This record gives sequence, structure tokens and C-alpha cells, in this order.
Amino acid sequence: MDFNLSKEKQMCRKIYKEFAEKEIKPIAAEIDENCEFPSENIKKMAQADMMGIPFPQKYGGAGSDTLNYVLAVEEFSYACATHGVVLSAHTSLGAHPIYKYGTEEQKEKYLKPLAKGEKLGAFALTEAGAGTDAAGVKTTAKLDGDEYILNGTKIFITNAGAADIFIIHAMTDKSKGTRGISSFIVKADTPGFTLGKKENKMGINASDTRELIFKNCRIPAENLLGKEGMGFKIAMATLDGGRIGVAAQALGIAQRALDETVKYVQEREQFGRPIAKFQGLQWEIAEMATKVEAARNLVYKAAKTKDEGKRFSKEAAMAKYYTSEVASYVANKAVQLHGGYGYIKDYPVERLMRDAKITEIYEGTTEVQKMVIAGSLLN
Amino acid sequence: MNIVVCVKQVPDTNEVKIDQKKGTLIREGVPSIINPEDKIAIEEAVRLKEEFGGKVTVISMGPPQAKDALIEAYAIGADETILLSDIKFAGSDTWATAYTLSQAIKEVGEYDVIFCGRQAIDGDTAQVGPQIAENLNIPQITYVMDLNIEGKKVIAKRKLEDGYSIIETSQPVLLTVLGDLNIPRYPSIKRVVDAFNNKESIKVWNANDFEVDEGKLGLDASPTQVYDTFVPTSDHEAEILEGTVEEKVEKLISKLKEKKIV
Repeated sequence: MDFNLSKEKQMCRKIYKEFAEKEIKPIAAEIDENCEFPSENIKKMAQADMMGIPFPQKYGGAGSDTLNYVLAVEEFSYACATHGVVLSAHTSLGAHPIYKYGTEEQKEKYLKPLAKGEKLGAFALTEAGAGTDAAGVKTTAKLDGDEYILNGTKIFITNAGAADIFIIHAMTDKSKGTRGISSFIVKADTPGFTLGKKENKMGINASDTRELIFKNCRIPAENLLGKEGMGFKIAMATLDGGRIGVAAQALGIAQRALDETVKYVQEREQFGRPIAKFQGLQWEIAEMATKVEAARNLVYKAAKTKDEGKRFSKEAAMAKYYTSEVASYVANKAVQLHGGYGYIKDYPVERLMRDAKITEIYEGTTEVQKMVIAGSLLN
Repeated sequence: MNIVVCVKQVPDTNEVKIDQKKGTLIREGVPSIINPEDKIAIEEAVRLKEEFGGKVTVISMGPPQAKDALIEAYAIGADETILLSDIKFAGSDTWATAYTLSQAIKEVGEYDVIFCGRQAIDGDTAQVGPQIAENLNIPQITYVMDLNIEGKKVIAKRKLEDGYSIIETSQPVLLTVLGDLNIPRYPSIKRVVDAFNNKESIKVWNANDFEVDEGKLGLDASPTQVYDTFVPTSDHEAEILEGTVEEKVEKLISKLKEKKIV
């Protein structure tokens, strides 16, 4: 396996790094504190063609691939995990299902503005009674002439308050269980579609996470994505890709926590010398760095596997499971090694610790990832 | 409007360390960037093209790795980029560099505006732009911080140490620009991808690809002789006055009185 990034990707990474350093890092603490969605930066990302990195240019994308997109999510998350998840939920969850399962008309109408960053995307599967168990979806979609009527409530939807285009999963035939789920493209301004309360979260506070409420919401039948009953398959395949995005986000958080710690332990003096001189601490740093490096290899491999057109469910699950745990481990250690300073908001590591936790939970918990991995090995 | 921009790839001086013994830059492992004021020049050219239409051609003289700077220029919005790269160009001082660039600009053909950054952060000479204008026998406006184009008229505000001057001239013109002129956009990821997929986006010219007098190229034709390089030292001591505005003014006046300046 070639571990070197191509010159093209090295150059893109440099651009993402510069963008993150100049545009994202300076506002990260403030938008976290104020729970403020970074709309201005999303516009700037769109101007630099960063909102549709893996999609073909004919659909408004940059014409690159998953690995390139992973580099962007990683670098943005290094500066602010919220920016990482906004990009990841938009690209992997909002736009990708239309690219993979949409008709040419749907791609023209919905994927193009998403990939150009003119519109923001989101994805909704989770409900109060349906998380890991997708069969519990209670939102219904009933065909009425040339329209579907949606009723139900989705929860914990990333980008909800800012998105223009949603991928909604609803039951078209309850009797068929997961095979009765269908996917729909729904515009934010559709009558009967309203937003519920904004969640008050532990971390990724600048991301806008809300309920979606559908009350006799009528959408054109042509907005069905794929065929009736394909929704579960579409959701699972979409989440496979989404997991690579979350893994990249976790990787960015982990790398930042490591870098902040490496810097701090060399500056902080106790007992007359920098604390980096103590072997106990050196061992902690070595362990953190090794885990981050191992995680990076898993994430890039998952992305490359997807780019090669191979099955990548297992690789994505491994990357997400491992990297999210590494992010939490490294961020936790970072706070510990910063001592009291790590616990106050003048230093970024407490934010990293709060932001890291969600990567173990959303788009399939660690436990779900282990089910996917085991499922690919055991009959 | 046909616009030519001359750029230089330089080491990122934020990352450069100086070998105190030799007095030279340690360039190993230091990332290369487009000279910051040259990036301002590219941005201004692309903005003019977006406003008035036309074409932006970016030219750089340098070793093969300077291609990266041109890929970035392309990603910012240049239509065509040309790298002048030949062992015969090696060791050029500002005179030989300006000659080579001028000849390449003539080969490119019609131009209305030529942009250069004021100076490069690795040499700080600010000579290449003005020398190109002299070679091409066109007007030049240096240190441009603000620019207005009305038809063929060019009105530029220059920022000088002791004030500003506003100059009006007509095209074709060469402008050397300052960092105040604009904030360059981020390169487009889509155009980076295009630059790597489309080999035509970066042309490489050697000494045979355009008309040059070989006697005017490279080190041998460079009148500048470098006898020594050294780290400048300063014998001035700066003191920063602390306190409220009132306190600072009071301290400043007493210092000025102490030195018998007032």
C-alpha cells in the first residue's frame, strides 16, 4: 500500500490547512461558547470548491475523491470539530445518496447546488424510537396521487437549522420492516416541514442539531430516491461512507490534542525542568502519537478502499470505531497532561475532549461498528 | 483585457532559519510558497478579468519545482501559466531575470496590464518589476495599494514612506503591488484537480521556446556580484511605552524633552 499522498493531495491539504489556520481556528472557541453556526465560513468553503470535493465536476463537484475529502474534514476538525461535521454531514450524508442513487434529474436539481455549496445538505434517519434499530422508524410516507405525504418526527439531525436539502427516511410499508423504508429528497421550505428545538449538546456546539417535524408534508413523488423499499439499503450504504467522514473528524481532533500536548509539556516547568523531561510523561506522549498514527492509516485506507470501488463497510467501521476511541483517549490524556489548565477554556483541549465523545456515538455507535466488523467476518 | 502576472516561488520565510556562521538561509525542509505580494498580483489580475473579461497569464522563472507555484496560480484563477526553466537561466540576478521575463512576455503577445509583486521576501530588491517595464518600454507604477481602471486609463494610489501619490497613466502599463491592495482568495480545489489532470495548464519553456539573446542569460550575464551575505544587525534600541494613552503621551513627551527633540 502506498502511504504517500499524491502531489495533488499534498497541495489540497496545504490549502485546507491554511484555510483552517486563518479562517477556522480564530473563531473556534467563540462559536463553541455561543453555539453559533459558522455560516460565513461555509460560504468561504463553497467559494474554494470545498463543499463537493469527491463529486464529478459535471455535478458541480471538485472532481476529486474520498481521500481528498477526508483530508479536508481532518484539517478542518483539527481547528474546530464543528466545521468537520458540517462538511462531513453535508457531503457524505446529504449529497452522496443523491449522487449514488439519484436520477439524472435529481442530480441536476439537488446534487449540483449541494456540490457547489450553494445549498447545504442533511440526512435524517434517527427517531425517538429508532436509532441503531432502523426498523423502528415511525415516520410515514403515503403516496397520494403524484405526491407523498410525510408525517413523523426525526431527532438529533446534524445541520438541521442550516440545511436546505434533506434526505429523509420514512416507512412506506410498515409490514415489511426495514424493507418498507424509503428515502426522499425534501426541501427545507416545504409546507408541513418545521424544525423542532435546537439541542443543547456537550460538544460540537456550533453545529446545529435539531428535531425535524413533518405534519402532512406533501412532497412530489419524483423526490423518491431510488425505489420504494430501498431506504434501509440507501441509509446503510450512506452511513458506511459517512463513517469515513466521522473517522476523519476524530482524526483531526486527536492530532490537535496530541500537538497541543507536545507543545505544552515542553513549555510547562515543574521541579525546575520542563515536564516533558519526565519519563512517565514521555511514555504517555509515545502512546498517544502511536495511536494517532495507527488511526490515520485506518482512515486513509478506508477512504482509498472506497475510492478503488471496493466494498469498504468493514474498513469504514474499523476506522470509525478505532479513531473515535483514539480521539477520546488522546483528548482525555491531553486534558490530564495540561493539569488544571486543561480544564479551563483558555486552552483548547477541554473543547477537544467534549468534541471527541460524539465521534464514538453518531453515525453508528462503537458497538454498531463492532457489529458491522464482526458481521463481515462471521457468517 | 490581457493581463500578465510575474511571480516568484520563494521559501516561506516564516519557516526559514539563518545559518549564523555562513550568514546564509537554511532552505532545507523549508516549504516553498508564492511570494506573498505576487499572490496579491494574481488576485488583482483575476479580479480584473472577472470584471472586464480577458485572459490572465502567469509567468515564473525558476527550477522545475516552481511548477507548484504555477499550479496554485492556476487554482486561484489564471487561464494560462508558463514556467521558464532552463539551466541557462540559473544564477540570474535581477537584470538577467527581468530580461528573460520580458522576452517571454513579448512571446506571449498582446498585453494591457502586467502585474508584479513589489518585491520578493527572499531578496527584497524590488527591481525586477521596474526593469521589465524599462525593457518593454512601457510606463510603470510601483507600490500600488489601490487601483482603478477606466477604459484604457489606469489610476493607481501608491503608498510611499512619506505619504501617498496618485498616478494616472494609460495601458499598457506595469504595476508592482503591495499587500494592501486585496486579500487573495483561497485556491479552488476544483482547479487544483484540473491543473493535475490537464498537463496543458502549466507550460514549460526553455531557452529555445522563445526569442532570447543567450549572452544575456543566467549568471554570466548578471552584472550583480555577491561578495558577502550577512544577517543585518541593529544598533537601535526600541522601547515600548506602557500604560494608558495619557500616561504613554506623558512618557513620550518627557523622553522627547530628555533627548532635546522638543
